[in-house]
Amino acid sequence: MLLVIIPVMGLTVFFAWRYSAKRDGNYDPNFHHSTGLELIIWAVPLMIIICLGAITWVGTHRLDPFRPLTHIGERRPISPTVEPLDIEVVALDWKWLFIYPEYGVATVNEAAVPVDRPINFHLTSQSVMNAFYVPALAGMIYAMPSMTSQLHAVMNLPGDYEGFSSNYSGAGFSGMRFRFRGLDAPDFTSWVAEARRSGETLDRARYLELAKPSENEPPVFFGTVDPDLFRRAVNRCVEDGRMCVDEMMALGSTGGTGLLGTINTVAVAGPTSAFGARPFHVDELCTPQEAIRQSGRESVVLLDPAPLPISTPDETL
Amino acid sequence: MAIETFASPETSFLFGRLTWSAIPLHEPIVVVTFIVVAIGGIALLGALTYFKVWGYLWKEWFTSVDHKKIGIMYMVLGLIMLLRGFADAIMMRLQQAMAFNGSEGYLNAHHYDQIFTAHGVIMIFFVAMPFVTGMMNYIMPLQIGARDVAFPFLNNFSFWMTVGGAVIVMASLFVGEFAQTGWLAYPPLSGIAGSPYVGVDYYIWGLQVAGVGTTLSGINLIVTIVKMRCPGMTMMRMPVFTWTALCANILIVASFPVLTACLVLLTLDRYVGTNFFTADNGGNPMMYVNLIWIWGHPEVYILVLPAFGIFSEVTSTYCGKRLFGYSSMVYATVCITVLSYIVWLHHFFTMGSGASVNSFFGIATMIISIPTGAKLFNWLFTMYRGRIRYELPMMWTIAFMLTFIIGGMTGVMLAVPPADFVLHNSLFLIAHFHNVIIGGVLFGLFAGITFWWPKAFGFRLDPFWGKVSFWCWVSGFWVAFTPLYILGFMGVTRRMRVFDDPSLQIWFLIASLGAVLIAIGIAAMIIQFAVSIWRRDELRDTTGDPWDGRTLEWATSSPPPAYNFAFTPVAHDIDAWWDMKTHGYRRPQEGFKPIHMPQNTSSGIILAGLATVCGMALIWYIWWLAILAFAAMIATAIWHTFNYNRDYNIPAADVTAVEAQRSRMLAGRA
Repeated sequence: MLLVIIPVMGLTVFFAWRYSAKRDGNYDPNFHHSTGLELIIWAVPLMIIICLGAITWVGTHRLDPFRPLTHIGERRPISPTVEPLDIEVVALDWKWLFIYPEYGVATVNEAAVPVDRPINFHLTSQSVMNAFYVPALAGMIYAMPSMTSQLHAVMNLPGDYEGFSSNYSGAGFSGMRFRFRGLDAPDFTSWVAEARRSGETLDRARYLELAKPSENEPPVFFGTVDPDLFRRAVNRCVEDGRMCVDEMMALGSTGGTGLLGTINTVAVAGPTSAFGARPFHVDELCTPQEAIRQSGRESVVLLDPAPLPISTPDETL
Repeated sequence: MAIETFASPETSFLFGRLTWSAIPLHEPIVVVTFIVVAIGGIALLGALTYFKVWGYLWKEWFTSVDHKKIGIMYMVLGLIMLLRGFADAIMMRLQQAMAFNGSEGYLNAHHYDQIFTAHGVIMIFFVAMPFVTGMMNYIMPLQIGARDVAFPFLNNFSFWMTVGGAVIVMASLFVGEFAQTGWLAYPPLSGIAGSPYVGVDYYIWGLQVAGVGTTLSGINLIVTIVKMRCPGMTMMRMPVFTWTALCANILIVASFPVLTACLVLLTLDRYVGTNFFTADNGGNPMMYVNLIWIWGHPEVYILVLPAFGIFSEVTSTYCGKRLFGYSSMVYATVCITVLSYIVWLHHFFTMGSGASVNSFFGIATMIISIPTGAKLFNWLFTMYRGRIRYELPMMWTIAFMLTFIIGGMTGVMLAVPPADFVLHNSLFLIAHFHNVIIGGVLFGLFAGITFWWPKAFGFRLDPFWGKVSFWCWVSGFWVAFTPLYILGFMGVTRRMRVFDDPSLQIWFLIASLGAVLIAIGIAAMIIQFAVSIWRRDELRDTTGDPWDGRTLEWATSSPPPAYNFAFTPVAHDIDAWWDMKTHGYRRPQEGFKPIHMPQNTSSGIILAGLATVCGMALIWYIWWLAILAFAAMIATAIWHTFNYNRDYNIPAADVTAVEAQRSRMLAGRA
């Protein structure tokens, strides 16, 4: 690019000086077309963009954050025995939650990774859009509610780094920063052990408490974690009694619940719209089997006891 | 937290949710601003009353359908809003320079978040857009030898709708709050759950009211260019500024409805409780991000294409040469117009669309740099073997060429997705788009203002204060934004209110210094206008053609008469006026005929006033007023259709008198 830019800047200054009216610059008012010159000024940038475009295509595919890593460094392919470390990340108002499903621990506003082990981040958000960004580790990726995004990365050097949200997300955005640590294998093991020792449990109730807006939170460690929590956070059914989005979509793909879908909603707390519509959520459906399991056979009245497909509306509601 | 505070807003029938507590008396900065604005406003209104100019303003300006007067009013609006938008900028720079080492700065999050949102919204919608539209309104009909635009009443209405939008946005400063969402108001943050109070509603209705004006003005100017060119002016003989105006207005008409639709969906989410963009119940915020950028990217070219047109006119005039590569310039403009629709996704590579989609949009973005580069070369080779006169517009052009090329380069860098994953949302991005919008659009507008000022008012601008302003702006821009490029490389994110790394502070201090330089530049520009008006007799131009111009606007007097041209000119070549001059054109002195012209009307300002009231009522949930104002709008529109007093004829005797006066003026010079 500089191949074009520096000469053009130089020529601008030179022409501005050379053809100033104060100087005799062999004025030619009729010089306004030159096929050769025009060919060059269109063709040369075109050539550059073709090269740059090719590099872009290859580079974008190679460095796509959704693509699993093949190398952990130059000429250091990943050995097939190494399992990548999964980390589930939830952006909350205004702090970051990290869940380590492999170890059953979770942390708020502090994350650690073992060096040279590939990491698969799975990201979502509880309320609004954020972007997960640890400049020392990899590029950023949006974390969005009701969706998961992915980032595949590896930390090569041990150290203390900083991560933050790089997409404005409201009042507490500036303080949405976290410590990101690259640790040697033994240090990482003791870091996990330290998290385990904290004794706190992150279950669905604790998560909902955590999700309430707060600013500049210090790091918190959780020794045990509900293993289903991240799936529920993505599918927006951490609260009791809510139908998960994946379930809703499965129902929809088999034809939906028909009219029941329009009444199977429950109002929830939150600001009403201008015309007074209250926010609502879709209530959980349970199958006859689940109803029987929960309440006992005698309290469930089945109108048609023969087939019990999953999408049958539940009579016990 | 806002969510709990406004969970169930108290609304009354009469005032909706408007209460005394909506006045931000707890914000000393806002209160002081209000006092200053109130004193200034009362002084201005008092002066207008004292000098008895209300009638004159109403009859000659507010109700005018003359494209020239409307153009000037657009410029005045842009200038006033520039002061507001720049005040926001200074406040941000000050906050970011202060908020280190545990200091919270002087702005709380609620206030700071409104300021950066308002800065973006105002600078794009109410500074750049009015400037660009005003410029096109004034110059383009003169360049094509027309007497007015195709729909003169619509033009007046469009202007007042833009003013209405600006009034709504300004009102948010003193009543309620503005959005705290960033200038594009991404949901779910801008949804009712994330922003339950009036801020986002101000944003929505301000933009919707102004958007009607912009879209209608786009239609108006397209029809004008397509249908009202003078005989002989084929498409490929149109001045380049007219070409860029045509392309910019096509972009407006094709993209603003997308913005309107996108905001309507957001409005439904907030007012009716639908779930288009909510996090729950199947809403998809990514859809909003796509829609808003399908408008947002063409918007960038709506602003910059007319600026390119201005540079083309300025360069060929002050080099004393026909523009190098006219047809390649036209094709480049059309290329950019088409390509600007297939690049929107480069604003959110990091949303995770996948490598192939990202590459496609990245490469499409880079391809735009080819026609843009061709334009730059064309200006360069127009200078080659020219005879360059360094009047201010030409200085702005050279400064633009040297500044914009850096902005173009950083733009191509951001277009490479892997680079964007590191630089997105950083201060590097901020520096980049200020580099192209200040260095491209604003420098172009300043060049245009200086270039065409004598045409509009009959006297030149004072060059001394112009040069002071020029050097302050150019150096101020680089001092303010080079640090942001550097900070962006360090990974510093935009929209931060406080920082914890003290080593960054020095860069923010330098950036603030740049902002101060720009402030001096703005002050010098206003002094320049004042001094020029004061010394207008010394700076008088009697020729109507002070720069030895090339296009038809220089063929008529300065300022042009209401009818622009006594006889419709005939174009025989590109640069029609230059061609007329070289072939010994002589002004007709007799044989004038009556000229048919459109009549002024107050419908535009009344309709826009009602639309503004309707918007304010919708923001505050005052339903009866909204319905009333809307019904009144419909009634006024119907009433307007019964107004048959729409046109008049300027008698031949009057035309003869005006033209004789001009002949005396021209002779007086000799």
